[in-house]
Amino acid sequence: MSLTDLTIRGLAEALARGETSSEEATRACLERIRTTDETLGAFLHVDEERALERARASDARRREGKALGPLDGIPVAIKDNISLRGMPTTCASKILEGYVPPFDATVVERLEEAGAVVLGKLNMDEFAMGSTTETSAFRVCRNPWDVNRSPGGSSGGAAAATAARQVFGALGTDTGGSIRQPASHCGVVGIKPTYGRCSRYGVVAYASSMDQVGTFGRTVEDAALLLQAIAGHDPRDATSLDEPVPDWVGALEGASLEGMRIGIPKELFVKGLDPEVESTVRAAIAQLVSAGAKVEEISLPHTEHATAVYYAIAPAEASSNLSRFDGIRYGLSVREGGMRDLYEKTRAAGFGTEVKRRILSGTYLLTKEHQPLFQRAQRIRTLIRRDFEEAFAKVDVIVSPVAPTAARRLGEAFESPVESYLADTLTLLCNLAGIPGMSVPCGFTSRGLPVGMQVLGRWKDEASILRLGAVYQRETDWHLQAPPEVA
Amino acid sequence: MALRREDVFWAAHLAAIAIDEKEAETYVEDLGALVDAYEKLQAVDVEGVEPTRQAAFGTAPMRPDEVRPSLSPEEALANAPAREGTSLLVPRIIE
Repeated sequence: MSLTDLTIRGLAEALARGETSSEEATRACLERIRTTDETLGAFLHVDEERALERARASDARRREGKALGPLDGIPVAIKDNISLRGMPTTCASKILEGYVPPFDATVVERLEEAGAVVLGKLNMDEFAMGSTTETSAFRVCRNPWDVNRSPGGSSGGAAAATAARQVFGALGTDTGGSIRQPASHCGVVGIKPTYGRCSRYGVVAYASSMDQVGTFGRTVEDAALLLQAIAGHDPRDATSLDEPVPDWVGALEGASLEGMRIGIPKELFVKGLDPEVESTVRAAIAQLVSAGAKVEEISLPHTEHATAVYYAIAPAEASSNLSRFDGIRYGLSVREGGMRDLYEKTRAAGFGTEVKRRILSGTYLLTKEHQPLFQRAQRIRTLIRRDFEEAFAKVDVIVSPVAPTAARRLGEAFESPVESYLADTLTLLCNLAGIPGMSVPCGFTSRGLPVGMQVLGRWKDEASILRLGAVYQRETDWHLQAPPEVA
Repeated sequence: MALRREDVFWAAHLAAIAIDEKEAETYVEDLGALVDAYEKLQAVDVEGVEPTRQAAFGTAPMRPDEVRPSLSPEEALANAPAREGTSLLVPRIIE
């Protein structure tokens, strides 16, 4: 087993025992990025010098007996829509090519205060709009389990890098499933916490009422360690949850599922679900039962409308948020003709097709004529939230598949954008309701592609989903499987 | 509510994105399918249901109105495509 195969917890223990150094671990990750990333395309930017400097500073702290905690010296990376001072932030869009933020996102500040070593910025769908990472304007990102397949998206780079042992964990964002779906496709753990749990300050906005930062790890504990570091109230984000952060990691020790009530929503096991995905998730549920949990069928009756509701609200918010990319203060600027030309030509040249599609549909819905329809979507969002409130009166957590299929082939077109949007139904409910969700590896298809199980919790109750995931990983070894070496 | 080419051009105008005829054709098709999906929402009974506009339930924070440090002009303008001194340069807007 090589150094990069360790978990965050395993590396933290090896560092504490003096068996290795952060510099050695950082160099090992950088070497893996060098040998694998030409194929995988997980990174958009790597800053070796800065990383090694931080790693050496971590080693120096440790020698002086001033190590900061379990993340001190751990190599990680962040999705390219999260700002880190002095490192390019492009959101995988040509409109932000060359932009270097003059400040850190709060989550990055906290990650670095905990001692983590950020190696670089990770590939993604342009502005997080997509679920295959194929809308990235810069490079193709591949699934380490099958390089002819997509890693999922939009945080595809974060999932691929974590799975391929290029980093020990990563930060991503999830607006409609962008952490959980790629985590499922790449066989790693991905957590989208409760809306407001992690600050959005310094995170480039897509759909502000649903955007949430979360974490990737190879184990539930690793993803929880990262989440523990970045969560918590931030006065710089008006939607930040002003609540104490529980000791999630501490609570995992000796956790049990005895008495836990799991709801299985019949609407999320629907036609179109790949039979292998369904049987894999059902087998995982059976395992949870044998670990002491109780299962009952529940209903989320408004699920059939969720995709239309999401694809009304998210583009509307996006059309407003992305108006800031005007070619004047930063980023691409096409200077031909007058002011109006500058705006129109910059945005035409800078945004890709999917981003334009969402801006246009959002703009259309926000015109006076169609606003009643937009407001109707917001009302149905309330009904979807109520579905969850009613369900959580009966059960503690909800379990379902993450996506209807395992990873898709690169370039395998959906019949239409609407068809691709339908594949997001299982994950986007969670964002509409603002509740926490997680993907945990629970098996493989006959082609050897990873399958994840989605675990949803009550508002603010990350603890229960983490407990379920940690106990499941104690009983299974899916998360210990490594993808084949990339040629 | 069939989506027309004019609707696409109007949205593109409002969104300040230049599109050509060919792109407009594609968007008529793509957005048309979305609009059809939105239309199905008309069947849902939302009588008396309040809209959910955000997911930060129960927070309406106030902060003290005080002067705090922020970016220096140099930092704020470091990414500017065109500048002069501490100003951003834009095309002439008054003829």
